[in-house]
Amino acid sequence: MTVMEQRGAYKPTPPPAWQPRTDPAPLLPDAEPYRVLGTEAAAKADPELLRTLYAQLVKGRRYNAQATALTKQGRLAVYPSTTGQEACEVAAAMALKEQDWLFPSYRDTLAVVARGVDPVEALTLLRGDWHTGYDPYEHRVAPLCTPLATQLPHAVGLAHAARLKGDDVVALAMVGDGGTSEGDFHEALNFAAVWQAPVVFLVQNNGFAISVPLAKQTAAPSLAHKAVGYGMPGRLVDGNDAAAVHEVLSDAVRHARAGGGPTLVEAITYRVDAHTNADDATRYRGDAEVEAWREHDPIVLLERELTARGLLDEAGIEAARQDAETMAAALREHMNQDPALDPMDLFTHVYAEPTPQLREQQDQLRAELEAGADTEPEGGTHR
Amino acid sequence: MTTVALKPATMAQALTRALRDAMAADPAVHVMGEDVGTLGGVFRVTDGLAKEFGEDRCTDTPLAEAGILGTAVGMAMYGLRPVVEMQFDAFAYPAFEQLISHVARTRNRTRGRMPLPITIRVPYGGGIGGVEHHSDSSEAYYMATPGLHVVTPATVADAYGLLRAAIASDDPVVVLEPKRLYWSKDSWNPEEPAPVEPIGRAVVRRPGRSATLITYGPSVPVCMEAAEAARAEGWDLEVVDLRSLVPFDDETVCASVRRTGRAVVVHESGSFGGPGGEIAARVTERCFHHLEAPVLRVAGFDIPYPPPMLERHHLPGVDRVLDAVGRLQWEAES
Repeated sequence: MTVMEQRGAYKPTPPPAWQPRTDPAPLLPDAEPYRVLGTEAAAKADPELLRTLYAQLVKGRRYNAQATALTKQGRLAVYPSTTGQEACEVAAAMALKEQDWLFPSYRDTLAVVARGVDPVEALTLLRGDWHTGYDPYEHRVAPLCTPLATQLPHAVGLAHAARLKGDDVVALAMVGDGGTSEGDFHEALNFAAVWQAPVVFLVQNNGFAISVPLAKQTAAPSLAHKAVGYGMPGRLVDGNDAAAVHEVLSDAVRHARAGGGPTLVEAITYRVDAHTNADDATRYRGDAEVEAWREHDPIVLLERELTARGLLDEAGIEAARQDAETMAAALREHMNQDPALDPMDLFTHVYAEPTPQLREQQDQLRAELEAGADTEPEGGTHR
Repeated sequence: MTTVALKPATMAQALTRALRDAMAADPAVHVMGEDVGTLGGVFRVTDGLAKEFGEDRCTDTPLAEAGILGTAVGMAMYGLRPVVEMQFDAFAYPAFEQLISHVARTRNRTRGRMPLPITIRVPYGGGIGGVEHHSDSSEAYYMATPGLHVVTPATVADAYGLLRAAIASDDPVVVLEPKRLYWSKDSWNPEEPAPVEPIGRAVVRRPGRSATLITYGPSVPVCMEAAEAARAEGWDLEVVDLRSLVPFDDETVCASVRRTGRAVVVHESGSFGGPGGEIAARVTERCFHHLEAPVLRVAGFDIPYPPPMLERHHLPGVDRVLDAVGRLQWEAES
């Protein structure tokens, strides 16, 4: 029997009898977000994993700061920051195995970098260069997705295809709280559950969809509760507790890998920076709120745990900082070089072979370029 | 050489055969959509495929077009060749974001690294007495989206050839299937189906000297009938069946118009912002000095698709085509 037949076998139901198709109780998220740091569970956490997470968080924070600085220098057209959300970004990448796939949204370049993609390649889209700077197949990272939640059905389809082929592949798809209002979020979760596709959905609930707070986005008890309606488990986790996010995502990935189907994970976090460098967050939230979240910062939480347990000293902190500085310096240096774009490439990959109509337009542009029309208007047109 | 036995077959049967042959030839080909499995599709085009290839290859999906196309994107990313059925023209609209923002662009977005060989089958057009949302001519939307190929068959043999070519293509192809031709019959040899034609070639269905009728899909039989009727008026009309709207075969179309000097574009889609405007402009730009008259359009009215009881007034018919031909400034001839 095929996978689809197991799922879709038609069973006639006698008219008067009705029974719930699934017991909803085991699917429900816990009342409180799962935490490791500062709890008894921390003692069981692997010290080496915690130290790795710490180094990654410090690097991630520096990456966010550097990318934001690059927008001010005109080296990036725009940057949606994940400052404050580094635990989710880093843990998402670390929860996956080599053969697995990551489906990022436009905000998730840090996860893409943590997965192994070169930061310069990850930022190509945001610097005004071509849309995807990396080869998706090299690190199994789908292109950064700008239309909200539309990457989620892709993750489901890829995971389903891998399962049909008998491959050991899990897809982890990232989306924000605003994205959960989109139709594609609903359709992706529904398909994933019906097909029992090996997918993990990570919702980073960072409090805002640009300016709109969660209260205007949903009336659900939590975003994790939405899982129950699809027949998949929902998990709630403290998104600033790197150890907790890593554990919950790793469990969900393991569950999917073992054939258990999809999981929806809601990570409670906070977008410390504005939506992007082009946004003014003071129009919709107060400083006090932001300051309160700084107390619950992912680096602060992990550093506190590690130092309290003697797993990290000043030298260790300094080493992590140095490592991050090296990454930032390299990123600065590479981003300060102007990319060389060929205008003729506009036509190269629209189709496998350009249509006759595109060849005509290609000829037109070539003639314009040869006539010396490649001078940019003053001030530039692409920023 | 044995004599080939031609048998009457419907367009729907030829499409089924194309799917079956493609699935047999390549295990990467997967059919998916609403009711395509057990039922065989509301038009029975996928009849028997789930039984022959199993439900993993011909899959009844949840009822959600964006989800169908969105998951097909992911499947194509992993090396499969999904063939998606959108149940009706107007039911394809929920999938437009996936189509426009991903299906059409991902090859370009990834600099050729991630092609998406997806075939999107869309039953389209009116004339079947369908209630609202079952009779749209949606081709202009697809044509206006760079990155998609758009084809539409008018004959049984082309239905097979174009669908096979679409599935074989490494680019996404929208196959617009004229609903009212699903049951049209033609002599066709199912044992030796037509070879797979490359996408992008129009064909002269009927040679003629007086004027060219440029048309496609459901309007091809209308134009063939009009051409026959026009003989009584002394007009010898040429009929060009475009078959492929994207890429557009300027060569075949313009060669015909240069021969005849007159052209009428005929389609069910509305005229304002419809395919006819683009075609007329292309012909005029390329054949201006050969034209004896402006290129005219015979199209559906610019109205939401009408109720079935009124659709005969909306759809371009033989009389409307002949009226347009009559307005091609024949007095200049004398």
